[in-house]
Amino acid sequence: MAENAHPVLRLTGVNKSFGAVHVLHDVDFAVHAGKVTALVGDNGAGKSTLIKGIAGIHPFDSGRIEFEGREVVVGGPRDAAALGIEVVYQDLALADNLDIVQNMFLGRERTRGVLLDEASMEQSARETLTRLSVRTVKSVRQQVASLSGGQRQTVAIAKAVLWESKLVILDEPTAALGVAQTRQVLDLIRRLADTGHAVVLISHNMNDVFEVADRITALYLGRVAADVARADVTSTEVVELITAGRSGDLGLATAETL
Amino acid sequence: MSIRTNKEAAVKVAANLADSGFAADRREQTLGTALTDYWTRVRSGDLGSLPAILGLVALVTLFTVLRPETFLSKGNIANLFVQALPVTILALGLVFVLLLGEIDLSAGVASGVCAAVMAKLIVEAGQPWFVAVAAALVTGLVIGTAIGALVSLVRIPSFVVTLALFLGLQGITLRLIGDGGTVPVRDDVVVALANRNMPIWLGWVLALVCVAGFAAVELLRHQRQRKRGLAGRPFGVTAARITVLAVAVLGGTYLLSLNRAATPSFDLRGVPWGVPLVALLVVVCTFVLGRTVYGRHVYAVGGNAEAARRAGINVTWIRMSVFMIGSFLAALSGIVLASRLNSVTPDLGANTTLLYAVGAAVIGGTSLFGGKGRAHDALLGGLVIATIDNGLGLLGAKAYANMLITGLVLLFAASIDALARRRRAATGR
Ligand SMILES: Nc1ncnc2c1ncn2[C@@H]1O[C@H](COP(=O)(O)OP(=O)(O)O)[C@@H](O)[C@H]1O
Ligand SMILES: [Mg+2]
Repeated sequence: MAENAHPVLRLTGVNKSFGAVHVLHDVDFAVHAGKVTALVGDNGAGKSTLIKGIAGIHPFDSGRIEFEGREVVVGGPRDAAALGIEVVYQDLALADNLDIVQNMFLGRERTRGVLLDEASMEQSARETLTRLSVRTVKSVRQQVASLSGGQRQTVAIAKAVLWESKLVILDEPTAALGVAQTRQVLDLIRRLADTGHAVVLISHNMNDVFEVADRITALYLGRVAADVARADVTSTEVVELITAGRSGDLGLATAETL
Repeated sequence: MSIRTNKEAAVKVAANLADSGFAADRREQTLGTALTDYWTRVRSGDLGSLPAILGLVALVTLFTVLRPETFLSKGNIANLFVQALPVTILALGLVFVLLLGEIDLSAGVASGVCAAVMAKLIVEAGQPWFVAVAAALVTGLVIGTAIGALVSLVRIPSFVVTLALFLGLQGITLRLIGDGGTVPVRDDVVVALANRNMPIWLGWVLALVCVAGFAAVELLRHQRQRKRGLAGRPFGVTAARITVLAVAVLGGTYLLSLNRAATPSFDLRGVPWGVPLVALLVVVCTFVLGRTVYGRHVYAVGGNAEAARRAGINVTWIRMSVFMIGSFLAALSGIVLASRLNSVTPDLGANTTLLYAVGAAVIGGTSLFGGKGRAHDALLGGLVIATIDNGLGLLGAKAYANMLITGLVLLFAASIDALARRRRAATGR
């Protein structure tokens, strides 16, 4: 991988404990613009904790966060949003009774005076969806309740993209989707990266990971077991990294003793 | 595996192609496609104003057949409008509360307390009407703030909070008015609300302003959507909406401008003063709910409170505010009711008042499950409820029958709401 300029996000030596439970141990993690970085690991490995630290929901205890080369402090969700970090949570945060435009602008509505500026919001929403080549939506004024799972995921992702976000984090975006819908979402993730966003994809599905990821970071019991280019590993090796923390000469040196 | 996936996806994409790429936004909408869309919506459980309009037609027909002499008399039509005023205002406040999926069981008796405050200030403290009315409205706000705080900060379920207040507030009214007491309301301005009529010319001027304003808003929106290529209604539908509103408003004004005095020597005509008040309230609420950030956030919290929270919306404040609006409008409703009855008694706002108002909102199309409802639901539903009340009165129905029928009407409306909701869930709306 070309080490051009700074990574969008670089974590160095990050630690996080919940009470007596030490969840993240000296984690290093980097995400580059235009690349999809897959974050993999078994249940309880600390993926969500890492994401929540980046998003400012549970700030880290120690460690360094650099965003576009500058050291930053992420003390809360607003700090993360201000930097251009958007998270698409596993349980989608969409209101069923609102339409696509209304959902995409929820909480950040555009106004003219006291009035909602529906025209400008609708145009921007449609532009964003078009830019992401989302073609399966009948109308941007459709209620979200009438959308399929994949389309809902699409709207949630488009919502994240709308905000000039530089880093989009997706927590298990395909977990609840069928084959065709997974296809749509993976295509969309690829396009996100191709349009210059840095993307973090959390997934349990090796097919998904190997299809869209450029780099793979494997967490094992709160430690980084490996940070590799996708081309350099096989699916079997990644599964071993997830389940045992090492695979051949890859992974943690003393995984068994951890 | 991957080839298989691609193939399946391709088949699916081909099947969806006709409907893809914002097809519905780009398709030239005609009256025909709009009607088809409407019918699809109704069949998938999005009933809109249909139940209220059908109900109104059915009830008017029924009562006209049963009481041909009196029901459609000019005097009774004016009566019906005045009867609809307090229930509509109360229902309007409940629409905000119901939009969050909450309930305010104390709205009716809150209107009683506020009316009692007003009446006591006028009669016993000799205060001018505006002081008394302001005090009543502030009382409403205080009650609403208390409910809102208990529901949104302490997190007690709203039906428990308002059930407690339902009893407590009746106690306050009883304390203010006294057992079996009556405070007469004779202040000219307050009495005028439900008992006096506007000059004929003013009625027509306001009616025309109303129609012209609605037409201007609709046409401007249509033009803007057209010009900027936005999704919107076809022109035929916009024109039909304007026509229907014009016929309703101008027709109503015409009926109310005829002499309706029982004896020919009297002259009793004009639109009651309370009617423009209710019209103004409905317009303001429509505007707030449909066109402001606050309104958008009310719908969002009602639809998915967690999504609203993550979007940075202050859910606690939204929850609190709807109860404040609800009780504020309840106070206004109490004032109009006191005006209509010319007095305040300890049972003002009790008995059927709340049931009528909830029924009105739900019949009008507001869902008990939250997230769905509009300001004009209260108006349409209020007319339906007033028609039932009025018709039963003309039939000389006994009190027990009145209670039974009112209860059944509310259950019926709630059933339609629940069934429509199931249908929406099944068809993904
Ligand atoms: N808020 C919390 N309080 C205490 N422990 C937590 C909390 N969140 C996560 N943990 C613990 O941290 C570990 C990692 O969890 P998590 O980051 O959710 O893993 P993953 O997302 O990889 O499945 C687990 O052992 C979990 O019990
Ligand atoms: Mg997790």
